[in-house]
Amino acid sequence: MNQTVSLSETLGRGELIGGHRPWPRAVVTPEIWQELAIGLGKRVYTLLGLWGEPENVNLALFQEASGEIGVASLNCPDGGFPSLGHVCPPAQRLERALADLFGLQPLTGPDARPWLDHGRWPIRHPLGAAQTRSGPADPYPFLTAEGESLHQIPVGPVHAGIIEPGHFRFTANGETVVRLEERLGYVHKGIETLLRGATLDSAARLAGRVSGDSSVAYALAFARAVEAACGIAVPERALWLRALLAELERLANHFGDVGAVCNDAAFSLMQAHCAVLRERVLRASATCFGHRLLMDRIAPGGVTTDLPAEGQPLLHKLVVDLRRQFKPLIELYDNTASLQDRTVATGVLNSELARQFGAGGYVGRASGRNFDARRMPGYPPYDRLRFEVPVLSAGDVDARVWIRIHEVGQSLALIEEILDRLPSGPIRADLPPVCGPGEGMALVEGFRGDILVWLRLAADGAVERCHLRDPSWFQWPLLEAVIEGNIVADFPLCNKSFNCSYSGHDL
Amino acid sequence: MRKLLFQNLLRRTLTQAAPQPSQTALAELGERLKVTTRRRLGRSLSIREVDAGSCNGCELEIHALNNAYYDVERFGIRFVASPRHADVLLVTGPVTANMREALQRTYNATPDPKWVVAVGDCGRDGGVFCGSYACVGGVGEVIPVDLHIDGCPPTPEQLLEGLLALLAMQ
Ligand code: SF4
Repeated sequence: MNQTVSLSETLGRGELIGGHRPWPRAVVTPEIWQELAIGLGKRVYTLLGLWGEPENVNLALFQEASGEIGVASLNCPDGGFPSLGHVCPPAQRLERALADLFGLQPLTGPDARPWLDHGRWPIRHPLGAAQTRSGPADPYPFLTAEGESLHQIPVGPVHAGIIEPGHFRFTANGETVVRLEERLGYVHKGIETLLRGATLDSAARLAGRVSGDSSVAYALAFARAVEAACGIAVPERALWLRALLAELERLANHFGDVGAVCNDAAFSLMQAHCAVLRERVLRASATCFGHRLLMDRIAPGGVTTDLPAEGQPLLHKLVVDLRRQFKPLIELYDNTASLQDRTVATGVLNSELARQFGAGGYVGRASGRNFDARRMPGYPPYDRLRFEVPVLSAGDVDARVWIRIHEVGQSLALIEEILDRLPSGPIRADLPPVCGPGEGMALVEGFRGDILVWLRLAADGAVERCHLRDPSWFQWPLLEAVIEGNIVADFPLCNKSFNCSYSGHDL
Repeated sequence: MRKLLFQNLLRRTLTQAAPQPSQTALAELGERLKVTTRRRLGRSLSIREVDAGSCNGCELEIHALNNAYYDVERFGIRFVASPRHADVLLVTGPVTANMREALQRTYNATPDPKWVVAVGDCGRDGGVFCGSYACVGGVGEVIPVDLHIDGCPPTPEQLLEGLLALLAMQ
């Protein structure tokens, strides 16, 4: 394949679909699909998403060199599609999920085991041609590891802490992990089925509950996809308020994570202090916008809640206080040798893997992948805001903590700038009586990485199909790679430094 | 570190006054007690949190109970790592089909006397996820529930009011 061929040119050889915004979507031939697969294997493209519809599969790609994004759709008249899993490992779990939900088989894929379907739903292929399930599920065959004195440690789905459920199967040699295999899907709620036929309002509520910690980012991605599909212009003030909400969410989560990582290294002092900072952000959020986790504040067309007049000084003071209180904690983190001993050189993710998987957020940026959806593809008002995207190369737990620390600083500065320049005016555009038909797509930077939302609105304005791809899809598999060779006791630390979403992944 | 610790000694504590136990929670628990007479749990509660399918929003607020503002430990309420050490199961989420058995087994592993608190709108009846093939419904569909704490998610304050009602019943 000629490496200079751009994604849009390749897609242009297929049948371009009108009304798909803002990036092109084309129905492609199996030959073009194959070309794209080769491009994925050669890292010309980065995988952004892979999702199904009853009769076809959709592949979203990003070409880093040109900054192009596009979607290729392949019809599957025979109920199967050529698997991408061999050339593109990050596609493997997406393919397995697609097979579970739609019954479309990745042909000659590397892993034919089910993923989200644990054999406990009353039906099979709920989003495709659903069939009633008969008989109990087969036991799940875990991968094996062979060698002398290996033992297995099964953990979960119910974990010891206040965290989400998932199963981890460790194969260890003494203290050292030889293989970790994750099994997820426990919190699969069938969100994409619930979205089918939903009104925009109820769909927006659902989107904001895909992963509670990223409610703002999901609601924003969903709203942006709807707005793209129907060509709705969002008022200026709403754009800026959205960014304010998004940065508050980022702050709260990063404070929580920095504390929690240190706590998993048995340094609870840091946790105690960071939890206070997090709580202060949540309380300010509740005072200014009426919800601690800022759920349902963003809706298609704008935002639902305006910042009250007293909110401006309150948030200004919050930023000053947080900056002052966080500074000694950063020093504490930096100067505590016992803590550094745990985080430095633990759970190293090499930059090659981070790139191959298109790892977003702090996971990617701690391993040299300079990607932030606020910059590239970018969305307003970030194009008019000053901020840096911190990137480190060490790839260890320590680097992932530092990225968060730097991002806290950036978010604090962003909030200040937004408050200073917040335009006045309406906060929500009037939606047309019926939005649709149309297809829209959005990429939004949540605290943990880029969230992709793709949707098609029907002629009556209801959601016909909506797919939400959490950044965790491309981070969970890397956690398996990162833990190899580390000791079992460092797993919680590595896991927390990734802080992947179970709910966002399981959908 | 010494400096930080020293400053903490001089600073006012952040912990806020305890809220009153929730009246609705007391009423619900009272109803329940009429039906089943239970042994008292003592003056402290060990809680095992179980996420049975939540969006993780409820977990975030349950976590917040441990921060310096709410400081649940002052009431003798502790989060424990195993159901075998627990008096109370604090269950979140619509119960997913994939978590049903795990929830049931966690319940079975919890020694009597035990209480089950269903957290969040999802814990009551499945909330926004109600009606999906992958959700069984509220926690009460799978194990007997003694108390519901509503909200999406309930605030730490609401959680605390509910838990204090549980302590007050004893
Ligand atoms: S009640 Fe709300 S916050 Fe809690 S799990 Fe359900 S959707 Fe999430």
